[in-house]
Amino acid sequence: MQTQRISSPHLKPPIQVTDIMKGVIYALIPGIAVMFWLYGWSFIINIFIAISSALIFEAIALYLRQRPVKIYLYDGSALLTAILIALAIPTLVPWWIVVLGSFFAIVMTKQLYGGLGYNVFNPAMVAYAILLISFPEQMSILWQNISNEGQSLNLIDSINFKFFNELPADISIDAITSATPLDSIKTILSSGAATVSELKSQSFDNNIYGVIAGSNVEWINLAFLAGGLWMIYTKLITWHIPVSMLLSLLICSLLLGYGIDSDLHPSPLFHLFTGASMLGAFFIATDPVSASTTPKGKIVFGAGIGCLIYAIRTWGGYPDAIAFAVILMNITVPVIDYYTQPRVYGHDK
Amino acid sequence: MSDSKSSKDNQPTKSEVYKNISFQGLWKNNPVLVQMLGLCPLLAVSNTVINALGLGLATMLVLVISNACVSSIRHIVRQDVRLPVFVLIIASAVTITELSMKAWFFELYQILGIFIPLIVTNCAIVARAESFASKNSILPSIYDGLMMGLGFTLVLVTLGAIREIIGMGTLFSHVELMFGEQSSWVTLQLFDDYQGFLLAILPPGAFIGLALILATKNYIEIKNKKTKKLSFESNQEVEP
Repeated sequence: MQTQRISSPHLKPPIQVTDIMKGVIYALIPGIAVMFWLYGWSFIINIFIAISSALIFEAIALYLRQRPVKIYLYDGSALLTAILIALAIPTLVPWWIVVLGSFFAIVMTKQLYGGLGYNVFNPAMVAYAILLISFPEQMSILWQNISNEGQSLNLIDSINFKFFNELPADISIDAITSATPLDSIKTILSSGAATVSELKSQSFDNNIYGVIAGSNVEWINLAFLAGGLWMIYTKLITWHIPVSMLLSLLICSLLLGYGIDSDLHPSPLFHLFTGASMLGAFFIATDPVSASTTPKGKIVFGAGIGCLIYAIRTWGGYPDAIAFAVILMNITVPVIDYYTQPRVYGHDK
Repeated sequence: MSDSKSSKDNQPTKSEVYKNISFQGLWKNNPVLVQMLGLCPLLAVSNTVINALGLGLATMLVLVISNACVSSIRHIVRQDVRLPVFVLIIASAVTITELSMKAWFFELYQILGIFIPLIVTNCAIVARAESFASKNSILPSIYDGLMMGLGFTLVLVTLGAIREIIGMGTLFSHVELMFGEQSSWVTLQLFDDYQGFLLAILPPGAFIGLALILATKNYIEIKNKKTKKLSFESNQEVEP
């Protein structure tokens, strides 16, 4: 044992990958708790399936690539990816869809590109996009009904449904599933069945608009916002990406929708607090590997995601847009980074 | 180009020449796996085995016709205008193929659509005309076209089979488009109640599937090289 001589500069030891991942997972806890409260056990089962399959795939891939399995397995990155997959996919999907998601995230998107730090795309979002494209039916209708009158499944029933596709006799699949608020509000508004103000004025029990952004989904987003703010406070992430992303989403929805006709387009606040906006802004777009790394670049990157989210949500055919927006902006990261390199001290631009 | 390996010291016999041509076309110099040519139609129509087979056979026919024609006029055509002449020959061959498919396999022709006329842009064909047919006599050229076409078709069918099995859980679906109604018993339903995996049918499935086939080919090559190095034979076939 050697004693360490301590002299200036008294810098802190560099922050490790494990610490970052741990911090991000802690910050997800409020959101997970709210989602558990709303969705019940099927959501927790998804998390467990995703984590265990992701760790197994990670271990196999690392073994095949002849890398130290233990070090990389315990760095928490696969764990975080798995949790993000479970947060993104519908809660009632069968177990093999979750396993397939972990496979595409860990093996195809991360390990085949060279492991942590080399992946061009955000693993969790690629997995989500692949699942959405491959299984459009399961991935869009199996969202659990979280409006106020829906039935829900207990632990045993959820396991039975996920693994054996069996429901209790007195519950039908239609009773426990429903379109997401974002989806149904989009359908209602585009078909002209009701205007925004009519949606807002519905009674509490069957009000899909909720208080600001879709019944109950807004609480999930608030919880993720809290976790995200804590991450900025503890300097796990910088403010650039979330702020620019949410701001551009706000501006786009204000200029292109709400500002033109406030009866046909939901308010900017709706866009900020519906779907996976907050999860995307603080936890997905800020992925240190696949996001832009320069301060200016981060702002461009976030702004691009915000615009794309609004465009895909409004004119696209898929339920939510975070995954596609993030993947599309991941492609542009090398260019953004190249043109936004900060001036090195002592050098001309 | 190692197509015509003939040196003064040991003139290869006829059977050796043909053997070498087959080996080059099917494995060593496979148009898809090694030269990476003609990937556009390959990726686009390999979603079922029958589509793949249709395009593969059409390409093979074009290769044989164009190789035969190019080889037979190789002494007449001047060097400076050879490429336009090749292109004209290939375009005519493609038109012949297209019209005959329209006549006899109309439904398959409709499914393959634009990719039949687009065979004309398949670089594998003009590459064989330039690098083999314009330098060799007619019979080896025809055989080369056949083998290159077969190599192309085999990869196409393999990819088609992978994508069809994973994507739809069937094999040889729509076989009647090619071989008539009485052959429809060939279609296999591999899994009951298979829900389908759309990714394999969509373009990403083509890229992932082709990458897997390429990786397998390279893996076999590397393994072969290792065993060759281990056995201390003086093997004249080893090339850098």
